[in-house]
Amino acid sequence: MRVAERPSLEELVAEAQRVLAICNACRYCEGYCAVFPALQRRLEFTDRDVHYLANLCHNCGACLHACQYAPPHEFQLNFPGTLARVRARTYEHYAWPAPLGRLYRQNGVTVALALVVGLALILGVMGWQNSPGAFFAAHPLEKGSFYAVMSHGTMVALFGTVSVFVLLAFLMSFLGFWRGLGERPADVIQGGPVAHAAHDAFTLKYLDGGGEGCYSEGAAPSNMRRLLHHLTFYGFLLCFAATSVATVYHYALARPAPYPFLSVPVLLGTLGGIGLIIGPVGLMWLRRNRNPDLGDASQRSMDVGFLALLLLTSASGLALLGLRESAAMGGLLALHLGTVMALFLTMPYGKFAHALYRMAALVRYHVERRRPALSTGAE
Amino acid sequence: MTHRNDCDVLILGGGNAALCAALTARRAGVSVMLIESAPIAYRGGNSRHTRNMRTMHEGPLPPLTDAYPEEEYWQDLLKVTGGLTQEPLARMAIRGTVSHVPWMIENGVRFQAPLTGTLHLSRTNAFFLGGGKALVNAYFRAAESLGVDIHYETEVVDLLWEGNACVGVVVAKGGSQREIRAKSVVPATGGFESNLEWLREAWGPVADNFLIRGTPYNRGVVLKRLLEAGAEQVSDPTQGHYVAIDARAPKFDGGIVTRVDAVTLGIVVNARGERFYDEGEDFWPKRYAIWGRLIANQTGQVGYSIIDSKAIGRFMPPVYPPEKAHTLAELAVKLGLDAAALERTVAGFNAAVRPGTFDHTVFDDCRTEGLDPPKTHWARAIDTPPFYGYPLRPGLTFTYLGVKVDERARLIMKDGKPAANVFPAGEIMAGNILGKGYLAGIGMAIGTTFGRIAGEEAARHARC
Repeated sequence: MRVAERPSLEELVAEAQRVLAICNACRYCEGYCAVFPALQRRLEFTDRDVHYLANLCHNCGACLHACQYAPPHEFQLNFPGTLARVRARTYEHYAWPAPLGRLYRQNGVTVALALVVGLALILGVMGWQNSPGAFFAAHPLEKGSFYAVMSHGTMVALFGTVSVFVLLAFLMSFLGFWRGLGERPADVIQGGPVAHAAHDAFTLKYLDGGGEGCYSEGAAPSNMRRLLHHLTFYGFLLCFAATSVATVYHYALARPAPYPFLSVPVLLGTLGGIGLIIGPVGLMWLRRNRNPDLGDASQRSMDVGFLALLLLTSASGLALLGLRESAAMGGLLALHLGTVMALFLTMPYGKFAHALYRMAALVRYHVERRRPALSTGAE
Repeated sequence: MTHRNDCDVLILGGGNAALCAALTARRAGVSVMLIESAPIAYRGGNSRHTRNMRTMHEGPLPPLTDAYPEEEYWQDLLKVTGGLTQEPLARMAIRGTVSHVPWMIENGVRFQAPLTGTLHLSRTNAFFLGGGKALVNAYFRAAESLGVDIHYETEVVDLLWEGNACVGVVVAKGGSQREIRAKSVVPATGGFESNLEWLREAWGPVADNFLIRGTPYNRGVVLKRLLEAGAEQVSDPTQGHYVAIDARAPKFDGGIVTRVDAVTLGIVVNARGERFYDEGEDFWPKRYAIWGRLIANQTGQVGYSIIDSKAIGRFMPPVYPPEKAHTLAELAVKLGLDAAALERTVAGFNAAVRPGTFDHTVFDDCRTEGLDPPKTHWARAIDTPPFYGYPLRPGLTFTYLGVKVDERARLIMKDGKPAANVFPAGEIMAGNILGKGYLAGIGMAIGTTFGRIAGEEAARHARC
C-alpha cells in the first residue's frame, strides 16, 4: 500500500511557530488584517494559538507580497501558505465524530461519494414512492408538480434528519475548537464580539488586503475574489431564504409549492441561483490563476469539490425551475435534491467548515481585542 | 562620433529614490529606462527593509497625528549629525516630505492608519502599509503601467564620459556586456555596504565581523566609478547606520527582525565580561543606532545583552531565542564568556544599583552610583533567575559615503562645477544631509525628495 507523504498537524504547527516568531519580530504587516494584531499579543505561540491564528487568516496574500523574508530569502517565510496548511488540517482535527475527519484526506473522493449516496437515496425513495410512469411524466403545476414524485413529508423527513445531524456535528466541532482557547462564556456575550465578528464575516473585511484587495488573478491586488465570494455566499443565503419563505408559505399560509415565477420564494431562489453560478465558476477560475504559493496545494480537491457541488446545486435548481412542467422534471428534481443532499452531508467534512472556524476565530479576536496589549516598549 | 540614445533618462538602481526619479521623469513625458542589479524577488535595494518616512507636517495629516514642524525636524537632524549636514539640502529634504504623502498615494503607496502601530512613531513617521517592499511593489507596478523600460539582474560595471557629461553606461547581464546610452543619468544605486573588501579597506580586519543587515546588492560600483571620475566626496567610508543586532543573524539581508531591544533593560558586556557603556542613557529608539559602533570598537566586535526574568515581556520579541540559564555562571558558559568575570561584573553592578521606582516608559530614577560606566536609568539588579543573554554584533544597514550634489540634485565635481547631466539620488548622496548618526525614516525622506528632484531635472535636461 502506498503511504502518502503527509506532514502531521504537529509538524505543520512547528513550522508555523517558526514563522510566527519572525513575524512577531518584524510586524511590518500589522495594518493588513486581524492576524497580525492578534499575534502581537503573544510572545510565544501554543498549538491552540496557531490553530486560532490559522483560521483567523483569510488568505488574501497581501503579506506574502510585502514580505522581505519571502522565498528565496533564507528565512523562507511564507505566512499565508504556512497558515493555509495548518488551517486545512484543523478541519480534520476538529471534525466530529473524530473518525470522520479522515474524510478530509481525499476530499474530492468524499464529495463524489456523497453525491452518489445523495442521488441513490433520492432516487431510491422516489422509486419506492412512485411508478416509473409518474417519474418520467410531465406534471402540471396546479397538481403540485414536485410532490407528484416525492411527497413534501418525505422531503422534510430526509432533509430535516440530515440538517439536525449537521448542526450537531458543527456544534461539537465548534466546542472542540473553542475549548482550550481559555475564553469565559461571559466574555463572549459582553461587548458584542459576535456582532463585530458577524460584521467582519458578512463584509469579508479581511479579504481586502488592508484596503487594496486580495492577490488573486494577477500581480496587483483586486477585489475580484471578495466579489465572487460575496456572490457565492449571498447566493447561498438567498437560496436558503427562498426555502425558508416557502416553508412559511407551506405551513403558515397553506400555500404549497410550486410557486409562480414572480413569487417571493422563486425570485429569491432565482437570484441566489444566479449568484451561486457566477460565484463558484469565478472562484474556480481565480483558483487556477492564483499564485500557488499563497495556498495549500493539497487543498485543491476540497476547494474544487465544494465549488462544484455548489455549482451543480444552483444549475440543477435553475434547470428544474425552467423545466418543471416538462417530462424532465422528475429526473431534474432527483438530481437537484441529490446534490443538495450531498452538499448537506459534506458540510461538516468539506470546505464549508471554513465558515464555522473563521467565524469562531473572528469572535475570539474581538473578545481579545478589548484587553490591553503587551507593553513591549517603542521601536 | 555620436551614438543613438537608448532612452532619454537612464535610472541606475531600483530602490525608492530610483523609482521616484523614474516615475517623475516618465510623467514629464520622456522615455525612461531603469537598470536594477537584483532579480525581481530582491528588487528595491534597502527600501525593501524600510518601514516609514519621517514626514514634516504642521497639523494632522491622514497617516500622521498632531504636528511635526520643520524646525523640530531640523533640530532632530542637527542633534544626531552633530552638525555634519548641509542645511539648505537638509531643509529641502524636510520640506519636500509635505508633498510626498499625496504623491505617493497617487503612485499606489498605501499608508497605515496612525495609532494602530505598535511603534508609537506616528507623530513623526508615516508608516507604509506592509512596509517598504509593498511600497517598492506599488512603484514598480506604476512604473510598468507608465511604460518605464525595466531591466532586472543587470549590473552597471562602468560609466561612459564625454567631458563633464555621462553619456551612458556599460552593463553586464548573464555574462555579456553592452552599452546603454542616454541623455541624462540618475545614479541611485545606494551605498557600498555589501562590498566587504571596501568595508575592510575602511575599517581594517574588524569589518570581517560586521553583519550586513541591508541588501546584498549594494556593492558600490557606481559610487566608486563616480568618485574615480572626479565627483566630490561627502562623509567618509566608516560612516553608516550601524545597529547592535543579534550575532546569529544572516551575513546579509537580515533586516528588521535581527534587532535586539533588551539593552536598556539589563547590561551589555564585552568578550571579557565587562560593561563598556551606559545602557540607560536614553530610550532605545534614540540609542540603538549608536550601539553598532560601540560594539564595533570592542574586542572581536561582539557584545552580550544580559537580562533577568524581570525583563521578559517588556521588549519586542527578537527573532532568535535567548540563551537561558538558572545561574549567571551557566549563562556565561552558554554564551562563551568567562563565568567568574560575568559574575564579578553583575555583582558589582547589582551593588551599585540605587533603590528607585522602575518605569520603562519614562526616564525613571533607577540608576547606579559609583560605577564606571554608570547606568543612569532603568537600572535594576540582575538577580531573578532564569537569566537570559543575547549575543550582539554590529549590523550595517547602509553607508553614508557619497557624492556631493546641489539643490537641483546635480552631481558636483571636485572642481566645484556640476556635471552636465548626472543627478544622483538616495543613499548615494544621503551623506550630504546625514553625515553621521541616524534618524529613523530620514533615508526615505531624502530618497523621495531627491529622487523626485533628480527625475524632474533629468527629464528637463533630456528635453533641452
